[in-house]
Amino acid sequence: MSNSSPPVYRNSLAEHSNGRPLAKFASNAFAVACATCTIVCMATLVVLLWKIFQFGWGRVNLDFITSFPSSTAENAGIKSSLVGSLYLIGLTALFSVPLGVGTAIYLEEYCKPSRWRTFAQTNIANLAGVPSIVYGILGLGLFVRAMSLNRSLLAGALTLTLVILPIVILASQEALRAVPKTIRQASYALGATRWQTVWGQLLPASLPGILTGVILALSRALGEAAPLLAIGAATYTAFLPQDIVHDDFSVLPLQIYNWTDQPQEAFHQAAAAAIVVLLTVLICMNALAVFLRYRFSKRIQW
Amino acid sequence: MVKLKKLSEPTPETLGPLVMSEMTSERPTTSLAAPVVGTDRSSLSADEMRNLRQKVSAQGVDFFYGSNQALHNVSLDMPENLVTALIGPSGCGKSTFLRCLNRMNDMIDDTIVRGDILLDGVDIYKSRTDVVELRKRVGMVFQKSNPFPKSIYDNIAYGPRVAGVKQRGVLDEIVEKCLEQAALWDEVKDRLNDSALQLSGGQQQRLCIARALATFPDVLLMDEPASALDPKSTARIEDLIFELKNSYTIVIVTHNMQQAARVSDQTAFFYEGSLIEVGATTELFTRPTQQQTEEYITGRFG
Repeated sequence: MSNSSPPVYRNSLAEHSNGRPLAKFASNAFAVACATCTIVCMATLVVLLWKIFQFGWGRVNLDFITSFPSSTAENAGIKSSLVGSLYLIGLTALFSVPLGVGTAIYLEEYCKPSRWRTFAQTNIANLAGVPSIVYGILGLGLFVRAMSLNRSLLAGALTLTLVILPIVILASQEALRAVPKTIRQASYALGATRWQTVWGQLLPASLPGILTGVILALSRALGEAAPLLAIGAATYTAFLPQDIVHDDFSVLPLQIYNWTDQPQEAFHQAAAAAIVVLLTVLICMNALAVFLRYRFSKRIQW
Repeated sequence: MVKLKKLSEPTPETLGPLVMSEMTSERPTTSLAAPVVGTDRSSLSADEMRNLRQKVSAQGVDFFYGSNQALHNVSLDMPENLVTALIGPSGCGKSTFLRCLNRMNDMIDDTIVRGDILLDGVDIYKSRTDVVELRKRVGMVFQKSNPFPKSIYDNIAYGPRVAGVKQRGVLDEIVEKCLEQAALWDEVKDRLNDSALQLSGGQQQRLCIARALATFPDVLLMDEPASALDPKSTARIEDLIFELKNSYTIVIVTHNMQQAARVSDQTAFFYEGSLIEVGATTELFTRPTQQQTEEYITGRFG
């Protein structure tokens, strides 16, 4: 012990940390536990992908993509379901983006805090957690039966719109909320109207966030099978849908579902190949999201 | 319609000795003495100001955030083409009062304004007032510089654009004139298309001033425009205020009493939501009539 006062303080602090060896151990143990979690997740994903690629890669070729499904596994392809998936995603985007972004703008920029707004907000958050099969049943009753859209692309797209709308709304709200209040103040102080502020400042500034949310939501829609099964979409179509109101359609997840249900091993292989194609489309969409985000946010750094 | 005037370069004579000395040296730390006001600078007495045309006139203004009264019966005249400084400790209502003058408080929910605020003799809180039009006439510069995440050009052009100016030539002219007025043109003329966010803090704040000038306001409100800037940038902003007062009526909120002493013609002291004392800056800082004012300007509280 030295004779000046500061070392006394330092010593007492040192004693403190020496007296708690457990703290250091706990800290390390926690880091190890978290790392283990990451490794388990990654390993599962890698094994899954590896098995699928190993099994299905041999079947992925141009013929597979350009052939219609067939009762002989060797000739079966995914042309109709791939095209059906792309049509469906396009239509879903067409419906969900204006509805979702419009709702988000209204709730964030126009709607004053009120009981009605809290009510709407709570419901949207809850709807995001509703299982998609429930939307499928709603779609069956509302679009397929009541609106007589049958098992058409339109009915499918509207049903999927219901599924992803809450996600699009929440993501867009989040993106709008991320625009600093000072930007709104500056715009209003220059004599801009609400509409001019939304259109001229808030939408451009929140575009990267909105786009990312929309594309991730669409990725989810692309992989949905349950609500489409519920509305009775075909698991086997040997033609391309010619119009969106009358023709039956199929999508990749349903095609995969159908093939895994067959007894023949060769169909399982076709299913694995279809999964590879579906994953490729999904990765492309996510890459697009990353690219758009980068592209539009380059100029925007708060 | 363009009422911008080409202003002469600042000279020691127009700036006053105090301002010039402040440009080169560090800001003096607050001591227990009232800030020095340049004696040889042309200044008006309170009586002379009373006889000037009053650009903005507040009469018995009360302001409430919900049930919390932030302003108590404030009456203050702001003469045309002079600088009025609002000083007082934090939370005294000076910023609230400033935001009443262009109705920015309207954006905050659950607020009530009572009393009259006249701009050129017309009550701006009358139900028929066009708030958008009002804010074009009463520009505002905020405490934290808040450029839009757009190019320098688009930042300035935003105000005229939302007002309906579309011709590129006219916009070019406005952008150049406003940047010149804000003493920023020479620094940015070669990179008008660069993002405004790449500018330094002081440049960003001058950009915000230029942006506020672009709607051709009569009145310029400044909410602690230099509080986040270093002494050199602060001095530039103060020079700018000095130049701008030839063409604009300026109301500035400041925490810095030296700044109030340097730039303003009239100073109003707020305390706990009330206007305690108002007078010609030279008089208020040398011969305050109220004890609270004296204690505040000599640094005994606040």
